[in-house]
Amino acid sequence: MANHAIVICEHCDAVFQRPVLAPGVLARCTRCDAPLYRNRPLDLDVMLALALTALIVLVLANVFPIVTLQVSNTEREATLWGAILATYDTGVAFVALLAALTVFFFPLLQILLYLHVLLPMRWGLRTAGFRYSMHVLRAMQPWSMVEVFVLGVLVAVVKLAGMAEVTPQLGMWGFALLTVLLTLLNSFDLHQLWDIAQERCDG
Amino acid sequence: MAESGPIVTATELNIVACSACGQVVKLGAEREGAPCPRCAAPLRHRKRNVYSRSWALLISASILYVPANLLPIMRTRTIGGAPRDDTILSGVVELWTAGSIDLAIIVFVASIVVPLVKIATLAMLLITAQRRSSWARRGRARIYRIIEFVGHWSMLDIFVVALMAALVRFQTLADITPRPGAVAFGAVVVLTMLASRRFDPRLIWDAAPAAASAAPIDEVHAVAADAAPASPDQA
Repeated sequence: MANHAIVICEHCDAVFQRPVLAPGVLARCTRCDAPLYRNRPLDLDVMLALALTALIVLVLANVFPIVTLQVSNTEREATLWGAILATYDTGVAFVALLAALTVFFFPLLQILLYLHVLLPMRWGLRTAGFRYSMHVLRAMQPWSMVEVFVLGVLVAVVKLAGMAEVTPQLGMWGFALLTVLLTLLNSFDLHQLWDIAQERCDG
Repeated sequence: MAESGPIVTATELNIVACSACGQVVKLGAEREGAPCPRCAAPLRHRKRNVYSRSWALLISASILYVPANLLPIMRTRTIGGAPRDDTILSGVVELWTAGSIDLAIIVFVASIVVPLVKIATLAMLLITAQRRSSWARRGRARIYRIIEFVGHWSMLDIFVVALMAALVRFQTLADITPRPGAVAFGAVVVLTMLASRRFDPRLIWDAAPAAASAAPIDEVHAVAADAAPASPDQA
């Protein structure tokens, strides 16, 4: 295995011999209690399945309306892009940009990069621009905020419920499912992808 | 876990774990900032310019925190009523009085408590690290991990405003538009996220120079011997 003989705590710089852990066990730093690593073998097939499903769900979540609002005889529906454009139209372009980046572009880029990295890897091929893709993937993680958006939908629905009839639509379930898929996908340790890639290229 | 005895740091051993790919590298002739042999990211014992950049981002965030909370973030116009401007706090109150106490608490925590606590905590972390304080190191390390984890939830109100503006657009009946407070608020969230990512928690543990190098020599060698094969071409 490509396991290094020692592990350095990213949070406090302490150095430890790297013990072999029982499956699923998480090693923590004895000095600062930060998680060091987990014995959880990376499953490329599972990651690929998650990434592919996430891509499909992301498309659906963006195509279908998230909620519809009914006042007397008029009905309005909102998609994510409807919300982004409405915010842009009313002059707060920065807010529109934040929403577009954190709920659409960063999650999409994340999924596409995962596919770009995983697909060749799965069949033992070299990924073009592997280093670059992995660096962008890592930088993207904290800025992808689909889960916060889902909570935002809930709050907006409750706020509007007093004013009109609000019905959740397919898009909302899409974003909820996307949250689950992205959380699972991001729970894998990217360092292990580096290890696998190195093993394949060297060996 | 199995480890006991004094802690040896990577800096003392002159090894470094690549911040991007996790590769453990012995920094021999290469100096700080040399590219990682595996992923080409610069290898550093500590992040660069932590104090100047974190403080700059944090101070900007705390200045913007004022308009973010005082300016309205959204305006509601309904038929036969005066336009109503909502700040973040009045939005929370509205949820509360409408009976959604649980959501009111969530929004209050995400939009008001978290940014404020984050700014105060980061300032505390920066000051104590700068003074190389040994006070509650484990606790400070933990609180840093917590604020890193919860930080992005503050974006909640931004999404609420955007959605409501998209939904409530009935020309004559009612309409909701975002107001400049939302811009300031979004900026606060982004700036505090950048500030906390710039902070380096390893600085919490960097002791005053006199207290360092207390580890027994043989202990250091035992670990260092293992470090060597890990770096250039591991199995």
